[in-house]
Amino acid sequence: MTEKEIKENKYEAGFSSDAKKEPVRVVFITKKTSAKVVGDPGPRVMTYPHLLIREAIAFMILVIALVGVALFWDAPLEQLANPLLTPNPAKAPWYFLGLQELLHYFPPLVAGIIIPTLVVIALVVVPYFNINIQGAPLWAGKPKRTLTIFLLVTGGLTVLLAIFRAWTVLVPTDLVALLMLASYHGPTERVGRAAGWWRRERTLPWWVMTWFIWVAVVLTVVGTFFRGPGWSWVWPWSSHAG
Amino acid sequence: MANSFTITPALERLRATRVWKSIFRRGPALTNRTRSLAVFGNLFLHFLPVKVREKSLRVRASYYVGSISFLLFIVLTVTGVLLMFYYHPAVPQAYRDMKDLRFVVSNGVFLRNLHRLAAQLMVLAVFWHMFHVFYRGGYRPPHEFNWVVGVVLLLVTLFLSYTGYLLPWDQLAFWAITVGTNIISAMPLIGRRVRFVSLGGNLVGENALLRFYVLHCVVLPLIAIVLVAVHFWRVQKDGGLTVPEEDDGKGN
Repeated sequence: MTEKEIKENKYEAGFSSDAKKEPVRVVFITKKTSAKVVGDPGPRVMTYPHLLIREAIAFMILVIALVGVALFWDAPLEQLANPLLTPNPAKAPWYFLGLQELLHYFPPLVAGIIIPTLVVIALVVVPYFNINIQGAPLWAGKPKRTLTIFLLVTGGLTVLLAIFRAWTVLVPTDLVALLMLASYHGPTERVGRAAGWWRRERTLPWWVMTWFIWVAVVLTVVGTFFRGPGWSWVWPWSSHAG
Repeated sequence: MANSFTITPALERLRATRVWKSIFRRGPALTNRTRSLAVFGNLFLHFLPVKVREKSLRVRASYYVGSISFLLFIVLTVTGVLLMFYYHPAVPQAYRDMKDLRFVVSNGVFLRNLHRLAAQLMVLAVFWHMFHVFYRGGYRPPHEFNWVVGVVLLLVTLFLSYTGYLLPWDQLAFWAITVGTNIISAMPLIGRRVRFVSLGGNLVGENALLRFYVLHCVVLPLIAIVLVAVHFWRVQKDGGLTVPEEDDGKGN
C-alpha cells in the first residue's frame, strides 16, 4: 500500500493496512533434538484497534449486565454487629466456606493453616515443577506401574478421609479417581479426540487440578447451602430463617 | 475479511489538528506505524503488545475472563471511591452509614449493590481466569513468573474481598470476620500474635474496622494496581498469551 493509496482511503481503517507478513521460522532438526515443534500460533493483528475495540465492548456489556442486576438485587444488610449474639451457624464469606467445611472434619491447624498453605505453595511451584514438562499423558510410559501407584495413593487417601469421616471430600475425590481409572489404557492404545473428555490423554497435573476444583466446588456448595445450626446437614429447600 | 471501521470526517479533522497531535503525538491511526505508536506511545497502553494473535482474540478462546477481572477492578475502584464519600470507619457509625445509603443518599442502594456484586463477580472471575490459564498450559515456560504473579493477585483479590466484608459492620460482617480470623490463631507459635496484629486487639472491634478499612481502601488496591501492571506487561514480555491448543489437534 503506497502513501497515496492510504491518503485516498483515509476514512477506512481496517484489515487492509495490516501487515500480513510473519517471520518465517527455519528449524534445523538434528539427531539430538526432538522433532516436536510447537504448533503455529497463527496470524497476528494490530492491538489498536482490534484488541482495544473488543475490550471496550466487553466493558460495555459488563457494565450493562452489572447495572441490570444491581437495580433488582439488593446487597444483604443484617442487624448491627453484636458481639454478644452469635448466629448459628456463623459463616465466613462464600469463598472461604470450603475451608470452613474442612474445619468441620480436621483440626484447625490442618484445615485452616496447613492445607491452604500447601495449596498456595502447590500453585506457585507448578510451573517450576520440572517433571513432565513435555506434557506426556498420565498413562503414557509404564501404565501398569502408574496404575499400581495410583491405586495405592487413592486407596490411602480414601481410608484417611474415611477415618476423619470427611465424606464431602471423599465423594468428589473418589469420583475423580473413578474417571482417572476409566481413562486407563495400555501402552500401545491411542485415544483419539473423539473420546469423552475424561478419556482423552490427560496429564497428571491436569488430573490434580481437576480433582482440586471438584473438591473445592463441592465443599463450597455444601458449606454455603447444606450446612445449618451446629454445622449439621440441612437441605436448602427445607431451610428455615437463618 | 470485510471488516472495517468507518470514521466520520469530523473526527478525522479533529485528529489532524495540532492540539490532538500535541496530546497523542501522532496523526490518525491509519497505518501500522501510527497504530503501533497509538499503543507504545501511550502510557496506559504501552504495557500491551503492539500485535496480538488473532486466535487469542476469539471469544471462545478465553471468554475475556482475564480482561473482565480487570474491568471489574475498575468498576470496583469507581464505586468504591463514591462509597468512601459516605462512609466512616467507626463503630457504630459505619452501620448507620449503610442505613443512610439505603434511606438518605440518592442511589445509595444502587451504588452499594454495584460494589457488592462486582466484588463477588471479581472473585469468581479471577478463579475462573486461573483455572482457564492452567488448562491452557499458560503456566509453562516462559510464563512461569507471570503465573506466580497471578497467584499472588488471586490472594490479593481474596484479601480485598475479605477486608471489604467487615466494613458494613452488621452481624454478617462481624461474625464472618470473627470466624475467619479465629483460624489464624491455629497457626503454631505466632498465631495469636498475628491475629492480634491483624485485628488491633483480641476481638473484632473498632481497631479491626479501621485496619480493615485502610487495608481495603489504600494498601491492597495499591498492591493490586502494581501487580496488575506487572502482570499485563509480562504477558507482552513473555511472548503473548498462550493460544488454545484445541485448534492444533492436540486436544488438551
